This record gives sequence, C-alpha cells and structure tokens, in this order.
Amino acid sequence: MNKKYFIPLFAFIALVGLMLFGLKNDPKVIPSPFIGQEAPEFTLPKLYKQDEMITATEMKGQVWVLNLWASWCVSCRAEHKVLSRLIEKMKVPTIGLNYKDYGTEEYTDEAISWLARYGNPYTAVAVDTNGSAGLDWGVVGVPETFVIDKKGIVRYKFTGPVFDQAVDEILVPLIDKLRKEG
Amino acid sequence: MNNFLKVLIIPIILVSTFSTYSVQIEFHSFENPQRERLYLDLIAELRCVKCQNQNLAESNAELARDMREKTYQMVIAGKSREDVVNYMTARYGDFVLYKPPFKAKTLLLWIGPPLLLLLSIFFILKMIRNQNDQQTETITDDDLESVRNLLKSSSDREK
Repeated sequence: MNKKYFIPLFAFIALVGLMLFGLKNDPKVIPSPFIGQEAPEFTLPKLYKQDEMITATEMKGQVWVLNLWASWCVSCRAEHKVLSRLIEKMKVPTIGLNYKDYGTEEYTDEAISWLARYGNPYTAVAVDTNGSAGLDWGVVGVPETFVIDKKGIVRYKFTGPVFDQAVDEILVPLIDKLRKEG
Repeated sequence: MNNFLKVLIIPIILVSTFSTYSVQIEFHSFENPQRERLYLDLIAELRCVKCQNQNLAESNAELARDMREKTYQMVIAGKSREDVVNYMTARYGDFVLYKPPFKAKTLLLWIGPPLLLLLSIFFILKMIRNQNDQQTETITDDDLESVRNLLKSSSDREK
C-alpha cells in the first residue's frame, strides 16, 4: 500500500497528542521566575504589633514558608485547615502575608476576627495593605504558598489552595529535604 | 433611502452593544507627552496575569489596576521602558509580555508561523507544478470517428 495514505493518520495522531498535552496544562499556573532566586525583600508591620516590623531577611538561616492570604479570599478558608496541619506537623516557621485586607477601607480589621474564628497557625502575620509586597512576590491570586530555603532562596511555589495530597507528596518531603541541606 | 437606513442600523446596534463592554480604567495625567506615550504603550503591551488574554489597558481586574499603578509610578519617576519591562518580567516571567523576547525557549513561537507559511507555499507550488505535468491525451480524428460511430449505433438500437 502506498505510504502516502498514512500521512493523514499520522497527522491526526500528532494533533490528538498535542491536544492531550494542552488539556493537561493549566494556563493559570504561571511558572514563577523566583524559583532558584533570592526571596524578594519586604518590611511590613506585624498584624498584632503594628509598631514592629517583619522582614524576609530575618527569616534567613532556616527553612520557612510564606503564605499569601486574605480574609476576603474564599479559597484561603478552604486551605486553612490543610495549611495549619502542615505547619503543626513540620513545625515550620510560616509568615502569613495578609494581602490587601487588614487596614483597607473595605475590610478594616476583618483579618483579626478571621484568625480568631479559624485559628492562627502563623508564626507572624505581615500586613500588606496596599499590595506592594504582594506585587514584589509576583502575586497572581491568593492564596499562594512559597517555600524558602536556609540561604533565603525561593525553592517552590504553590499556586492556589494547598490540598492534603500536595502537602503529603510535595511540601512535607521538600521541607525535609531542604532542612538536610547545608 | 429607507433601505439604506436599514442597512446602516445593524452595524450601529452592533457597535454600540460592544462599546458597553469596554472597560473604564483610571485616568492618569502627564505633563510630558512622551511619558504618556510610553505609559500607554506599556499598558498595551503588558499582559494581565490574572485575566489572561487581556492586556493591562483592557482589564479591570484588581491586579491589573495595581500593575498599571506601578507602571505609572515608574514612568513618572523617569524610568525607561526597559526598566518597567525588567521589573515586570522579574516578577511574572516572560509570560507578562505580549511580545516575548527571542531566545531558545521561544524559538518555536517566533519561527514556527513563518516556517509553516513557507512550507505551505512550497507544497502548494509543488502541487500546482505536478498538475501541469500531467499528460493530457490528445484526441485524434480516428478517436472522434469511433465515438461517433458508437453513439450512432446506440441511438439506432433505441429506435
């Protein structure tokens, strides 16, 4: 049989392969340019002690987590339990970056009552009222979770609410691995 | 005249419905028209990462507003086009640019379409040339005679 007749078949298979690849790609997950880069610096007031500042630099020397959240963010509530479990289990220092929430005209101090209601798992909460620190961290949509190593290098970004499987299969092994590094 | 009005009215309706969807974005005033031009160029070229397939100028997402604000602040502070683009790509990657830079990773993106165009032109030309090469049979007088005979004999039979 003439080889020519197989060309449409192969073209079709290639097209299906390309489409399958496209199906598995989530266009909302943008590869973060921070992975492997130094964590962007911020100096923000603490939620419970507004006259005290917290910076990214003072977290150096340990593996830590930065979690962007807001009281107005519905999926933050969904991930809250899971995130609390991770922090509890790994005893990992975690900064909650309160993004455009506390201190805004619209939400005033809802962040405080939100944490009172659902529990506060954070080591410290940094208040980013105008969202400038969030922009520096390349926020697309809260919640977002970063893992930073002892040298202050961003090693991982999780976009969207973390779920149990991601904690057990990605975050826990990663934090373990980073702790063993020098 | 009446018909002419009827024809005119459809595009008018279409255009006016679309314009109601246009986004109202905040107005920034500039003292320097060059700066204004730069700002408008930048927000047209930078992509909103929240609402993909819209640029900053077209999007009313909150993140897009923040990014416009940042662009505005940088532009009036005298930063160059390159500064703003570097700031945005450092945070959001090449993704934020509607015109990504030419490098190994984006090679296919840049040369793919012209390559496809050249390939299709090549194949179409080849096809057309093959068509011309096909032998057309020349009909001789003998052939015509035999066809006539055939037709005649069949019409004879029908009678």
